Amino acid sequence: MSEKEGLSVIVKVVTRWIVGFVLLFGLYIVIFGHLTPGGGFPGGVIIAGTFVLLTLAFGKDTPLRKLNSTLASELDSTGAIIFLGIALLGLYFGSFFAENFLTKLPSSYFKLFSAGVIPWANLAIGLKVGASIFMVFIILSVTRVVGLPNGEKKMTRKPTGRRK
Amino acid sequence: MEFNVLLVFMIIGALIAAETRDLLSAVISVGAVGFIVSLAFLFLKAPDIAITQVVVEVLTLVVLVRATLRNDITTVKGMRGKIGLSFSLAVIVLITLAAYPFFRELPHFGVPLLSQGKSISGFFLKEGLRRTGAANVTTSILLDFRMYDTIGEATILFASLLGALAILRRPSHKKRGARDKEERIK
Repeated sequence: MSEKEGLSVIVKVVTRWIVGFVLLFGLYIVIFGHLTPGGGFPGGVIIAGTFVLLTLAFGKDTPLRKLNSTLASELDSTGAIIFLGIALLGLYFGSFFAENFLTKLPSSYFKLFSAGVIPWANLAIGLKVGASIFMVFIILSVTRVVGLPNGEKKMTRKPTGRRK
Repeated sequence: MEFNVLLVFMIIGALIAAETRDLLSAVISVGAVGFIVSLAFLFLKAPDIAITQVVVEVLTLVVLVRATLRNDITTVKGMRGKIGLSFSLAVIVLITLAAYPFFRELPHFGVPLLSQGKSISGFFLKEGLRRTGAANVTTSILLDFRMYDTIGEATILFASLLGALAILRRPSHKKRGARDKEERIK
């Protein structure tokens, strides 16, 4: 990674230390969404937040190397399709759309594998929200509109490097 | 009591955000209001919503500061005209007067609208674990009883992303090459 882009070296070192823990916390929020407060949406936003942190600290090239925008858009669509597929499977195996068709035995209460399709739906939502919010951030922070002298507006990429 | 203090801080922050001239101060005041909202959710015993509020607030603040604030527009000049101000005040007073009879009909703050036991919220609390197996009642409502609504929300996010991509997509390869040439010449 280039040393010129992004913020100072202190921020870079701290980010390198912390980013894995933040990602892990986001995954925890997603996976344990049916047992503790949380769920797919906040967990997905936390996962997107790690990439936003990387973007702020290292400039936009480092996170885009790990998760480029094509892959992010594919993950977004995959999450949406999995979520819809779970709902449709409820129609196929159960009796109505979006039915919780897996077995819910009382012995599985308060365990990780419980609550039927809810954890899987949480995972799908987390995937979808994480990828799409990261993409929204990238789109908003990489492009910008500049006014040309003759009054027209034009879309360009923002200049990289540090702001004055 | 503590809740009223939070409400007062929220109103102060919103007023500062609306009235200040500096765009950065306005964005930061909006962020402060959002964090106080998340504290209020914690006071009202809704940790799910509080987590979501904090996380979304942080991300929104970062996006606002990083993506919308530039050196181009930082201050907003000019005052609202006196005629417009008095007109909007008059409209607010009129609407308040017209709605006053309905304000008295509203339930008191913090009192559950649907009483427990008989209504649907009591049903969720009682039967949520047995029918869905999820220990978190909020998730059991979101992803089991009301999964259709959640699919709608996901669709909204998907559609908004499509719209953002359509409006703000990257320039094509040809244009990018041309601009690189321009930058090299500079």
